[in-house]
Amino acid sequence: MGDTRDDKPLLEIRGLKVEGRTGEEWRPIIKGVDLTLRRGEVLGLIGESGAGKSTLGLAAMGFRRDGCRFAGGTVHFDGIELTHASHQVRRGLRSSRIAYVAQSAAASFNPAYRLMTQHTEFPVLRGVMSRAEAEADAVELYRRMQLPNPEEIGFRYPHQVSGGQLQRAMTAMAMGCRPELIIFDEPTTALDVTTQLEVLSAIRDAVQSFGTAAIYVTHDLAVVAQMADRIMVLLKGETVEEAPTRDMLAAPREDYTKSLWAVRSFRAPEKTGAGAPLVEVRQVSAAYGTTPVLRNITVPFREGRTTAVVGESGSGKSTLARAIMGLLPPVSGHVRLSGKELPRRYQDRSREELRQTQVIYQMADTALNPRQKIGEIIGRPIEFYLGADRRTRDAKVRGLLEDIELDPAEYIDRYPSELSGGQKQRIGIARALAAEPRFIICDEVTSALDQLVAEGILKLLTRLQAERNLTYMFITHDIATVRAIADDVVVMRNGEVVAAGTKEQVLSPPFHPYTELLLDSVPEMDPDWLTRRRPPATGPAG
Amino acid sequence: MRDIVQLVIRRLLLGLLTVLAVSLVIFGAVSMLPGDAAQEILGQAATPESLAALRLQLGLDQPAWLRYLHWLGGMVQGDFGTSIANGQQVSSLIGERLANTLFLAGLAAIIAVPVALVLGILAALYRNTLFDRAISALTLTAISFPEFFVAYILILFLSVNLGIFPSISNISPGTEFWERVYRSLLPAAALSLAVIAHIMRMTRAALVNLLGLPYIEMARLKGATPRRAVVVHALPNAVAPIVTVVALNLAYLITGVVIVETVFVYPGIGKLLVDSVSKRDLPVVQAVCLVTSLAYILLNLLADVVAIISDPRLMHPR
Repeated sequence: MGDTRDDKPLLEIRGLKVEGRTGEEWRPIIKGVDLTLRRGEVLGLIGESGAGKSTLGLAAMGFRRDGCRFAGGTVHFDGIELTHASHQVRRGLRSSRIAYVAQSAAASFNPAYRLMTQHTEFPVLRGVMSRAEAEADAVELYRRMQLPNPEEIGFRYPHQVSGGQLQRAMTAMAMGCRPELIIFDEPTTALDVTTQLEVLSAIRDAVQSFGTAAIYVTHDLAVVAQMADRIMVLLKGETVEEAPTRDMLAAPREDYTKSLWAVRSFRAPEKTGAGAPLVEVRQVSAAYGTTPVLRNITVPFREGRTTAVVGESGSGKSTLARAIMGLLPPVSGHVRLSGKELPRRYQDRSREELRQTQVIYQMADTALNPRQKIGEIIGRPIEFYLGADRRTRDAKVRGLLEDIELDPAEYIDRYPSELSGGQKQRIGIARALAAEPRFIICDEVTSALDQLVAEGILKLLTRLQAERNLTYMFITHDIATVRAIADDVVVMRNGEVVAAGTKEQVLSPPFHPYTELLLDSVPEMDPDWLTRRRPPATGPAG
Repeated sequence: MRDIVQLVIRRLLLGLLTVLAVSLVIFGAVSMLPGDAAQEILGQAATPESLAALRLQLGLDQPAWLRYLHWLGGMVQGDFGTSIANGQQVSSLIGERLANTLFLAGLAAIIAVPVALVLGILAALYRNTLFDRAISALTLTAISFPEFFVAYILILFLSVNLGIFPSISNISPGTEFWERVYRSLLPAAALSLAVIAHIMRMTRAALVNLLGLPYIEMARLKGATPRRAVVVHALPNAVAPIVTVVALNLAYLITGVVIVETVFVYPGIGKLLVDSVSKRDLPVVQAVCLVTSLAYILLNLLADVVAIISDPRLMHPR
């Protein structure tokens, strides 16, 4: 890989500038980037959200989103200049010579058509092959992507296929016309770790065997280390550093790159002594309708400690939180708070009982009312639970804003839309704290954030816990986050607890087999990791 | 497939309940009108004795709930009662008029629905261009004028000034088909103008809503032309909202014809309703109201079923 089979580069971007419109103003997204890609080479584009990596990936196809424009520079694909090419020329290249794999396959497949129909659309339209040939070829590609039932899966609709399988089907679709270049735009970001592993190896095998050149966009260093020959780091639309993968992993030159490398080093200080359980879940079973989703769960949440609840999507982590809050009343079993049994339904709980348990949500974007100012959002629980008058309320809101490291004078009158993702999550934390709770459920609070921002949130949560003796239930699917913040760990799968104990007990040998599978599936910062690691034969399908 | 049949049956039963509720409302409303059929029939000749005798004969002396059950029971057996005005069977009176109205509504639908859909798709395709705005402005103008006004404008230009169409839709059972079409064209046009705007705007909105979705961007990244992205990739996903608004408008064509039929003196169910109300011909009024509400309910049921069939998530569960 990476050797030139042709001296002329396949893709050559020079001084590219892309601008996006906000209101009347054009602001730069890409500020003059150079990029060269040879045939058969895989380039990793890495950076945080807003770095412009997706925009750059799309620009390599001569595509700009609505509201964006090319403001300078050139994109040459095999000698054809794309930024000024006609629509016909650009469209003609797509599918046949340049293809795209989107971040969320579930959203990017058309729900109205079967996978096969979507797969064969362009091979047939472009006259590359007949429909029958295209269908036979699709089955062959599905097999190569290690999809189960390759003969049959193409005749399903997207909603009948799991996320991981869809992502592989989308890669297969991109290969339909055997393009020379494929843009992968965060193809595994939305997947569980064990699924991600399968998709990564399927993509890599296919790209290698067809000799396809690829641009692999991601924010996950360990992932890009497995996939790319070369890595380019982007920050705010500019290139920070570019080097072959092994060189960059071994010796990053720039400070920003080093900070990306070091970001997972945060560790919350160890707690001394095991506190008494503040919240106890005892033999709780719950169901959606007649479908059981929690089976006989018993978990203690010890006071002043962080209990991480880990598992893949569908394992019942968030459902357990809903059962504790009384949003999904358990079928059997009960929840205790300070040794006192809580009513099953939140409607039956007293305001005092409700006050002690608060939630911080994953998507701060949707959890904050966009029509309320920050002061109102945080002030409301103070009024509701503590019955404070206006002056005390305002004083408390200001205190809370200082606690979450936002200047009250500047932020109290702002709307959520005027805040960054990390700031919004801080507001979510302040709103939970406003009720002066003892137990806080953090539901994937850092999953939607960039690593540097996420680390800031974890530090904040750790500090607040120490100051206020808070007890956290920390729901996450990310093992690195667990290592950073947890005192106790509960591993869930299919609505059951498969392992529980202190972090040392659960995350060091001897492991429960499923815990081991989870730990083994997390990519490491080692370019040979994926090669060493064979996909699990018994892993959950997609 | 079995699920669909089950669903249709369930909706039909619900529809039946709705019809029952509607019949109650209609009966109640008509009962509350001042005066009754006996007074209306006797008119000037009414004496207390003759009124009492006629009420006894018509069964008007019975309590309201009994009369309601009577009426309902008759209708279940296809007996809508007899007209007070001319003693004819209400069912035969309505039958012919209903056929005329369905003919008019059908004609309007055949003009309006395709035109509206094509305009809606074009507006979505060329959104925010001059074309889109012009179409929007035109349809909005058409919908903003009251129908009778549009009808009179059409009459003024097309029949009075140019003499192309007759201003009165003179239709009888013997009228030959194309002649019938010709004579109904003007009222159909008046109806269409009101309906096109609705359907077109909803089609455009439903499509534009989808155009920002990842799978449409994906279609463009696969190399689809804008037209292909809208027609092949977006349209099948917009069927549900479009069908709903089409059904509502078709129902409107049947129930909302009162004014247009009156203007063109078209012998349809709307004209019958207006005439019957002015004559206090209550059995006919009740029956017409019930028939139109039935049309409403059936069309909406049809829309629901089409919307479900168009959605593979419901047709092919996991």
